[in-house]
Amino acid sequence: MSNTTVDVAAMIGTYPYRELPHPDAGTLVGVLDREEIPRAWVGHLPTAFHRDPRKGNEALYRELVPYRKRLDPSPAVRPDWPGWEKELERAVDEGALAVRAYPVHWGLGVEHPAMIDLGRACADRQLAVLLTVRFEDARQRHVIDVAGDLPAATIRAIARAGTGARIVVVAAGRTLIEEVHWGLTPAERELVWYDTSWIWGPPERDFEHILRTIGATRFVYGTGWPLRLAQVTRANLALLPPDLVGARLTDPTTWQVT
Amino acid sequence: MTDARGAAAPLAGPGPLIDVHAHFYQQGSGRASWQELNASRLEAGDRIGVTWHVGSILGTWGARSPTYFQSPDDTAAGNDAMLGIQETEAGRVRSWVAVNPNDSDFALAELERCRRRGAVGIKLAAARRATDPLLDPLMHYAKANHLPVLHHAWQRRPVSVAGQDPSDAIDLCHLACRHPDVAIFLAHIGGGGDWSHTLAAVRDVPNVYLDLSGSGVDRGMLDQALEAVGAGRLVWGADLTLDTGLAKLWALDVIGVTPADRDAIRWKNAARLFPPGAFPGLAA
Repeated sequence: MSNTTVDVAAMIGTYPYRELPHPDAGTLVGVLDREEIPRAWVGHLPTAFHRDPRKGNEALYRELVPYRKRLDPSPAVRPDWPGWEKELERAVDEGALAVRAYPVHWGLGVEHPAMIDLGRACADRQLAVLLTVRFEDARQRHVIDVAGDLPAATIRAIARAGTGARIVVVAAGRTLIEEVHWGLTPAERELVWYDTSWIWGPPERDFEHILRTIGATRFVYGTGWPLRLAQVTRANLALLPPDLVGARLTDPTTWQVT
Repeated sequence: MTDARGAAAPLAGPGPLIDVHAHFYQQGSGRASWQELNASRLEAGDRIGVTWHVGSILGTWGARSPTYFQSPDDTAAGNDAMLGIQETEAGRVRSWVAVNPNDSDFALAELERCRRRGAVGIKLAAARRATDPLLDPLMHYAKANHLPVLHHAWQRRPVSVAGQDPSDAIDLCHLACRHPDVAIFLAHIGGGGDWSHTLAAVRDVPNVYLDLSGSGVDRGMLDQALEAVGAGRLVWGADLTLDTGLAKLWALDVIGVTPADRDAIRWKNAARLFPPGAFPGLAA
């Protein structure tokens, strides 16, 4: 696979609302082998639904130990929770390149100052902030799963705050991506990337459209595994027209801490 | 990747492939890019290896009457446009005839008119729930002419949905039990709603077949669909997202589907359920 180096949108662990087939780290490594993806940033899916992410992060670090040559932890850091700075320091100590935040699940509305604080702290540590738009299609959610999709306005607010943090938005479709991208200044856009896991291909050709209008460099490779079939991004890339075949997405390994 | 002749090999691998849930557009669809969208489907289909697209046009897609409550004029215009595409693309396109059951006499006449022009199945959307007796004359027509019915579904429908009166698997099972000799394709298990509810509902209703189409690519969906109804009751389709259709075909290869079951899902079940001769060169 051309320049695919990292799956930024992988996770391990169970999901509260449906059974996932073998969502463990060992299986993920097998999927990466099959999809020819060298590495993955890995979140801990159950932690997205915890109030305090600390113990879930510990489980993540523990489960990734045998696979650290391929899997980098992407722990959750909740910036309105006491001691969150320590959790951020631990992420650095554990070699994380990005931290996950779930403002909707934590009740942090648009322009909540804690998210801006998180952005600044991540920028200081050269950590990317990874924001998840959704885990499932809105039409299938459990009756108690009422958090809703991450609003584009929340993403814009963080990007506009000038924290200097890299923001990676995963599981976004064309509409949200365009609403964020064109709602930022050129300088602000340069710090926001989108993963490829939830963008439609032909016949509507959303993926082709935004590669042409926004540019391939604003995108990073993501699968959404274990919630989604890992093959979707590969299919979307394979169906691009000839002039876009080999379009080079951004390589997040160039963001390594210096 | 190319084959021995230097031609691009199909992305979904060799062998026939029938998309039972395709949609096309027409001039009156209200989208300036309607021709481009149709061409995009056919082009992507060629790259994937789709042998036959079985398509429908739901009236004017809302431009002159609602997509799911089409007026008779729009119904006829949509079907005419679809049959026109079938005639132009005779080697790769077949047509569903879409009707609104509320205009019962018109709907029956439209089925006959379009079947005579070459339509190979009946498309029902969400103008009336599947539990409604208004559907019965259409189902009798389907049985008499060996036509499968592709029925739009909302996987576990809520009480109401704006713009449609959708049916879910339980509603469709009522219809299937009233008409056990008609093959009913429950549309797009990946097309929105709770597919796990659908799998539980259809398990013991043998004339309900699951169309795998839709943008949804939840892991576990294909595995559990196979477990619930077996490969003999699954048919491949793409609906509005050919990329997710391709991903599902690739996924079938890695979840342990046998070559025989893979062929059944890709095309043999469809070839068996549509009228004989619907797909020249393909015999189940």
